[in-house]
Amino acid sequence: MPSETAAPVTGVAPEPGVAKPDPILSVSGLRKSFGGLVAVHVDHLECQRGTITGLIGPNGAGKTTMFNLLTGFDRADAGTWSFDGSQLEGMLAYQIPRTGLVRTFQLTKALAKMTVLDNMTLAATTQRGERLRECLVRPLWRQQEREIEARADALLERFNLAHMRTEYAGTLSGGQRKLLEMARALMVEPRMLLLDEPTAGVNPALLQSIFDHVRELRDDGMTVMFVEHAMDVVMGISDWVVCMVEGQVIAEGPPASIATNDAVIDAYLGAKRTEEAQTGGGG
Amino acid sequence: MDIVEVLADAIRVAIGPLAAAYALAAVGLNLQFGYTGLLNFGHVAFLMVGAYGTAITVDQGGPLWLGLLVGVAAAVALGLLFGLPTLRLRADYLAIVTIAAAEVLRILIRGPGEDSLTRGVFGIQRFGNDFFDLNPFPNGEYGIGRVSFTERGLWVLTVAWALVAVFTVLVVLLTRSPWGRVLRAIREDEDAARSLGKNVFVLKLQSLVIGGVIGAFSGMLLAIDRQSVNPDSYLPVVTFAIYTVLILGGPASRLGPIVGAVLYWFVIQFTEGFAREAIRAGWIPESVLDETDIGALRFALVGLGLMLLMIFRPQGILGKREEVLIDAQ
Ligand SMILES: Nc1ncnc2c1ncn2[C@@H]1O[C@H](COP(=O)(O)OP(=O)(O)OP(=O)(O)O)[C@@H](O)[C@H]1O
Ligand SMILES: [Mg+2]
Repeated sequence: MPSETAAPVTGVAPEPGVAKPDPILSVSGLRKSFGGLVAVHVDHLECQRGTITGLIGPNGAGKTTMFNLLTGFDRADAGTWSFDGSQLEGMLAYQIPRTGLVRTFQLTKALAKMTVLDNMTLAATTQRGERLRECLVRPLWRQQEREIEARADALLERFNLAHMRTEYAGTLSGGQRKLLEMARALMVEPRMLLLDEPTAGVNPALLQSIFDHVRELRDDGMTVMFVEHAMDVVMGISDWVVCMVEGQVIAEGPPASIATNDAVIDAYLGAKRTEEAQTGGGG
Repeated sequence: MDIVEVLADAIRVAIGPLAAAYALAAVGLNLQFGYTGLLNFGHVAFLMVGAYGTAITVDQGGPLWLGLLVGVAAAVALGLLFGLPTLRLRADYLAIVTIAAAEVLRILIRGPGEDSLTRGVFGIQRFGNDFFDLNPFPNGEYGIGRVSFTERGLWVLTVAWALVAVFTVLVVLLTRSPWGRVLRAIREDEDAARSLGKNVFVLKLQSLVIGGVIGAFSGMLLAIDRQSVNPDSYLPVVTFAIYTVLILGGPASRLGPIVGAVLYWFVIQFTEGFAREAIRAGWIPESVLDETDIGALRFALVGLGLMLLMIFRPQGILGKREEVLIDAQ
């Protein structure tokens, strides 16, 4: 099913920094440099509520760094950003998921020494059993724990991980860890997900099912922004695509407009040409 | 040589108050290091402030129960002192601060003269009388053959192992709960825990303080048993002995601290007794080893034992092998 049918981002001009009718995430003047290198310099970027946004860009474009800044895992040099009414700059990393914005990591952070189920149940928020005063008295949190487990099991089923439920997450394959991390992020019940290369190493059939799930989530009102290098995947699922190059948003728009955008083609072909030149020179 | 006596001696120490106190200290360290991954290299300071809190209070005319409360409060304060400035930083900062601060604190306690609050190098004695007044056991010898204790010893033992049991159960309950699940997540990857909205800093602080209070009980127990505190009993080596106990038993295992402490003191005492008897019997020539070397020998053997353990059973006696194997991947 072509995702454009559900896309609420109609009538928005495909220009970098363009305002959306109902932005859930809004970023202004975001800057971060490492030494002399400006890793991120985003003048303005908005993300429409209830859409799937693909974030593309060559290696080193600053996609991961932008996620780190937005979610408090790295400190921005400048900039303001708000999520669904909360100003996020200055918030600590652990406070941001509580506003409903949850991220995953490019280098997967499955908790290897915990079981798959523990990874999942850990992620549920506002658990009474996590409060020191209540955790000793099991009856206070047993019921909630059961509900959390039921929710976890449903997601594990969805992500083809149910059979690994009681295994250590460390025994999962690379692709399975990606899946676990995404399923775990959903346990937080976010309103927006930032997924950093969620598909690396995931087999194509399963990938389809995951993205079906992402679409369903979107249809239920969730917003998703994901980093992805495979163009066909990006074009197939995104309602909107943002392209970053050297820290800046050089283009954004519906997938079709991005596929034909000169700046994007330049950036990608440019990168490809250099790669070819390098591998050609080396071999 | 009398091997039976050597064995009996070793068993008496292995189930005695010293072993119980080490088990207790290791229960606290297990929460901090085993379950949370906190590198607390100043654990001995918790024992010290617990002991001194009690001793000073009683020495100044307060009742023992107040002394115990002061000891606990001092441990809470020390936990906050260690944790507040360091737990937001990388893990190594806690290690550096704890090892240094523990030693600085000891030197501060040691510094002033006999008339001071801490009584300097002289230490404080006979502050545990209230405890022994409560002894319900009638006069006599309790035990089997050579492994026996006076009514005083039995009273200390009973309370000591009861404390070990209570705090072991407490740590089991804590670590089994969702709170403990967050601790294990923190131990493995703080950023993963943060990305799921967990307040890593607060949980680490809680773990450090609770583990420290358990350590303080160990210190109070030892001090009351000996009826004496002295700054030179709280050298950094004590911390490392407690680590040895924990690693021997198996970090993040429920009964590891107890098994570790019993075994540790058994081996130490047995080695010492055996070597002494062997020298006396002339099995080991004086030129190789004389009685003054025995203290060093037993620690060398503990070191050797730890190395072998790391090679052949890195998870300790009761730890989970799978967790260590996952690390190796
Ligand atoms: N901690 C850091 N210290 C120094 N430089 C950094 C750091 N993190 C990122 N950079 C630099 O910032 C730039 C952007 O990196 P980033 O990881 O955000 O790229 P990316 O778009 O996610 O790339 P990829 O697609 O390869 O994951 C790169 O040039 C990188 O070298
Ligand atoms: Mg990246």
